[in-house]
Amino acid sequence: MIQTVAAAPLPAAENYIVKKQRLQPENLLGNEKRISIVTGIHGDELEGQYVCYEIQQRINEHPELLTGIVDIYPALNPLGIDSITRGIPHFDLDMNRIFPGNSEGSMAEYIASKIINDVQGSDLCVDIHASNIFLREIPQVRINEMCADTLVPFAKRLNIDYIWVHGTATVLEATFAHSLNSIGTPVLVVEMGVGMRVTREYCKELVDGIFVEMKDLGIWQGSIIEPKKPIISTDGEVHYLNAGYAGVFIPTVEHWTSVKKGDKIGEIIDPLEGIIKEEIFSDCDGILFTLREYPVVSEGSLLGRILERNEVIA
Amino acid sequence: MKKVQLYELKSLYRDSLKIYGYQFGGSEKTVCIVGAIRGNEVQQLYMCSQLVRILNLLENRGQIDTNRGIMIVPSINPYSLNTNTRFWATDNTDINRMFPGYDLGETTQRIADGFFKKVNDYIYGIHFTSFYLEGNFTPHVRIMKTGFENTEIAREFGMPYIMLRNPKPYDTTTLNYEWQLWGTQAFSLYTPGTDQIDKAQANEGINAVLRFLANQGLIHISKDGGHCSRIIEEQELVTVRTNQSGILFLNCDCGDHIKEGQIIGEILDTYEGHTIEEIKAPCSGRIFYHGSNPLIYSNTAVVKIIQDPEAEYFQQ
Ligand SMILES: [Zn+2]
Repeated sequence: MIQTVAAAPLPAAENYIVKKQRLQPENLLGNEKRISIVTGIHGDELEGQYVCYEIQQRINEHPELLTGIVDIYPALNPLGIDSITRGIPHFDLDMNRIFPGNSEGSMAEYIASKIINDVQGSDLCVDIHASNIFLREIPQVRINEMCADTLVPFAKRLNIDYIWVHGTATVLEATFAHSLNSIGTPVLVVEMGVGMRVTREYCKELVDGIFVEMKDLGIWQGSIIEPKKPIISTDGEVHYLNAGYAGVFIPTVEHWTSVKKGDKIGEIIDPLEGIIKEEIFSDCDGILFTLREYPVVSEGSLLGRILERNEVIA
Repeated sequence: MKKVQLYELKSLYRDSLKIYGYQFGGSEKTVCIVGAIRGNEVQQLYMCSQLVRILNLLENRGQIDTNRGIMIVPSINPYSLNTNTRFWATDNTDINRMFPGYDLGETTQRIADGFFKKVNDYIYGIHFTSFYLEGNFTPHVRIMKTGFENTEIAREFGMPYIMLRNPKPYDTTTLNYEWQLWGTQAFSLYTPGTDQIDKAQANEGINAVLRFLANQGLIHISKDGGHCSRIIEEQELVTVRTNQSGILFLNCDCGDHIKEGQIIGEILDTYEGHTIEEIKAPCSGRIFYHGSNPLIYSNTAVVKIIQDPEAEYFQQ
């Protein structure tokens, strides 16, 4: 059943509306667990769109196996999605910096507070982001180290490749995830793929993992996969590759591959002069988990991130 | 006057990005004045260009101190000025959220770092900056309360108000904040106008800086009047919010004296034209800020008032 989570009037014959889909068993006992799938805080990140669709496809094939509540919020920032804008248009602000919102505040803060009220109390929430248009990311969960004890066990079931535990220095207090985590509703932030695109393969892997979580919570009685064993890191082991020159970046390796110290990752070419401006090499043994997707680079542009480690991936 | 290149960033196809500074007086690093960091800060750029012209004149006439030095940096982001984009065009980052910068980081972190290294040891730093809200406001000097701030020196600008702000997390990466952290007394000068040049308001900013330089003895001219600044804490401002969305009409202007309960504006139904809300002043005082976008959302801050029960005695 489709429900309205928040609505606020815009000046000209339109409401800002946030909707959700609720899937639940026909007969409720009242003690059902609840999982919330949230995406579209950033209007130009679309990977979560396919996830929302695919979850419903699978549940609707076997509704009798559903024994809990699944809430799906595909578009927290509908104006942004409609206008290919990361933030909320007109407000010129990142929606993921206004949580937990304020019911007496501006429209954006009001909407944020209604969303928090609605999601609060879920047994698990998955907040799906994509990368920007510049970088391709493998499916990963990003966790603030303050919440690591609670969230890492959940993240291990999500069938993602990589768990990135961030230092507290990078805490962003006004995010959706932090606001809920700090009041006891566990939120996993997923980053994957690339901005403005849908990577179906990643989406399906994530949906497999969401069903593992649902089974674990007693929301789903169907069969599930064995989740992948993710690599877990801390900030200190991540190496950044930045462009030393402006030019066009051409990668020479695949994304999500093992690299050795000194291996070539790509080159920055100059189409005007017809020369290679810079060759990019790995400065450690590890795994290339972020790779630049958008070719044009300025000095300093991020080209990739490598997680330093010694074992190789299959 | 000496024009120096402070930083250069090479581009694939564009002419390289160059940050220029104009130096006057002696070699000591006394005052650094910065204009446009964002690509739409044309007013701020204009004020710096006029100061370059005036200081050049004063220097030629021997009216500038020959030990202490002044540097003016009209813009640290000429690329965005030329493409008319507010932020760094490729990734939409704001250089004024990148200080103190990082020389091995992303592009705008490198620009911030390259520039900041050249200016982080001045005694005084002045940044002409644009207001974070769209609309009109009263000219003021803004100081972040970092624990290192010096409110009394700010009086030397002779602007109507000195606004003290408790820094929020996102303020900590601005030029103003980092300057103070590095031991520079930093002041942000706000005058109305950003995308368009408002000459009268620009003159307020230019004259404020000249007053400051004269008070410090950096330039030798007789000081003109200016204001006896009033110090206010930003949280003292009383915010007036709309209840409805619609077409906004305000009948007050910045600096106006208002009484509690006075109707200062109304909201009309967007399609049917009748009044759906009267906006009343919640307190007596003076208008510090008002919005200017005619299509207004509900629960939006449209007016900020400096509370002052005695404002009504002063004639305007
Ligand atoms: Zn995002």
